[in-house]
Amino acid sequence: MVKVREIVVPGELIDAPGLKPGRGVEVVGGKMYSLYLGIKTTRGGYVNVVPLKGKYMPRRGDKVIGKIVDIGPNYWVVDINAPYFAPLHVNDVPWKVEFGDTPRYLGLGDTILAKVSNISEVKQIWITLKEPGLRRLEGGHIFTLSPTKVPRAIGKGGSMISMLKEYTGCRIYVGQNGVVWIDGSPEGIMLVVKALRLIEKEAHTLGLTERVKELLEGESKR
Amino acid sequence: MENKDIKLINEDGTRIDGRRPDELRPIRMKVGLLERADGSAYLEWGGNKILAAVYGPREMYPKHQQDPARAVVRARYSMAPFSVDERKRPGPDRRSVELSMVISNALSAAVLTEEFPRTVIDVFIEVLQADAGTRIAGLTAASLALADAGIPMRDLVVGCTAGKIEGVVVLDLNKEEDNYGEADVPLGILPRTGEIVLFQMDGMMTEEELCTALDMAYNAAMEIHRMQVKALKDVYMKEAEEGGE
Repeated sequence: MVKVREIVVPGELIDAPGLKPGRGVEVVGGKMYSLYLGIKTTRGGYVNVVPLKGKYMPRRGDKVIGKIVDIGPNYWVVDINAPYFAPLHVNDVPWKVEFGDTPRYLGLGDTILAKVSNISEVKQIWITLKEPGLRRLEGGHIFTLSPTKVPRAIGKGGSMISMLKEYTGCRIYVGQNGVVWIDGSPEGIMLVVKALRLIEKEAHTLGLTERVKELLEGESKR
Repeated sequence: MENKDIKLINEDGTRIDGRRPDELRPIRMKVGLLERADGSAYLEWGGNKILAAVYGPREMYPKHQQDPARAVVRARYSMAPFSVDERKRPGPDRRSVELSMVISNALSAAVLTEEFPRTVIDVFIEVLQADAGTRIAGLTAASLALADAGIPMRDLVVGCTAGKIEGVVVLDLNKEEDNYGEADVPLGILPRTGEIVLFQMDGMMTEEELCTALDMAYNAAMEIHRMQVKALKDVYMKEAEEGGE
């Protein structure tokens, strides 16, 4: 049996003497309680509860992969897998777009790699393409991961993602919102998707990197 | 509603289905069985069979119902036409509209709604088979589905009923006891603090009887809460075992 990290449920008392409350933890009367169904982790003197599931909550500076779902005369509406849609104004793209000329640059269903430039108090999201590296993603495949599992898909210092790239020869980009863009040979893409499914299913277990490595080695031998 | 043909309490003090006055019906919970929902749960509570699904938080439409400061928890309680003996006309009626409202209110007390301004958290509660106490069974299932969807909550919500039949205060009424009994008190409880988030009463009870009923319901709520926690944790324990093979 695989070792599992400690799972807590909403309202569960977190017994961690001498530790400070971090994210996903509520303090009532000097005691700490979990807010999520998640994994209890301790880091740097703080106790955090990392949810096992959930919607992506945008943060400023995040690089996200989004899909154009609507077009206006001077803006696009982008679905970035968050509770809110994000408008992309023509001032935030690196092209000179005439009024009403928006569909010539980005069409419905196009995929873009964008950055969250600002979020207001009422959670209005602004995203931008005006930065090196941000662009429309051409070709490739999209895989949607649960946003809470993005850190596991990337691995410590990018270990997991670079392993996937190494074994499959694919170009992979993991957006902070859980949308993954994969480009390469059809076999490579299939293998990456298989590995990502494994990561998503077993994100709460220990020794995941080794198991993903086994999967990749087993598959590439065939 | 008095019916002399039915005897709800036997001579030895047991009830029509053989339970003691403070005994719950068998409960079975399962979490995360709907693929396309953000969170889901299935609950069997005696003869009740209930499916709950959670979608969201997502942008609220119609827009005028948005709350700029918090999320709205919008529960929809609905009974399937085949859930009761006589076919129920499908669609919302006065009863299910009210139950949807009380369940929404009970759930919003537990959810950290201020985390998601302008959004709605949709909760769909579908009663597939009804056997008294569907609102609290629905509430229990809905709170499991919310936790499964990864929505921040102060606590799980536990539903429980108590009531009075033939002068005896009993826990968790079944259909016959509900129909021919004297009182029925559905309760929604946050087990950590003991806060009451849903309280309704149908029938008559004295103050002492109500206190006894509340005590019984509180004890039962703790037991149901333990089952909820187990159901939520089991999903991930089981997955881990499968992965190890």
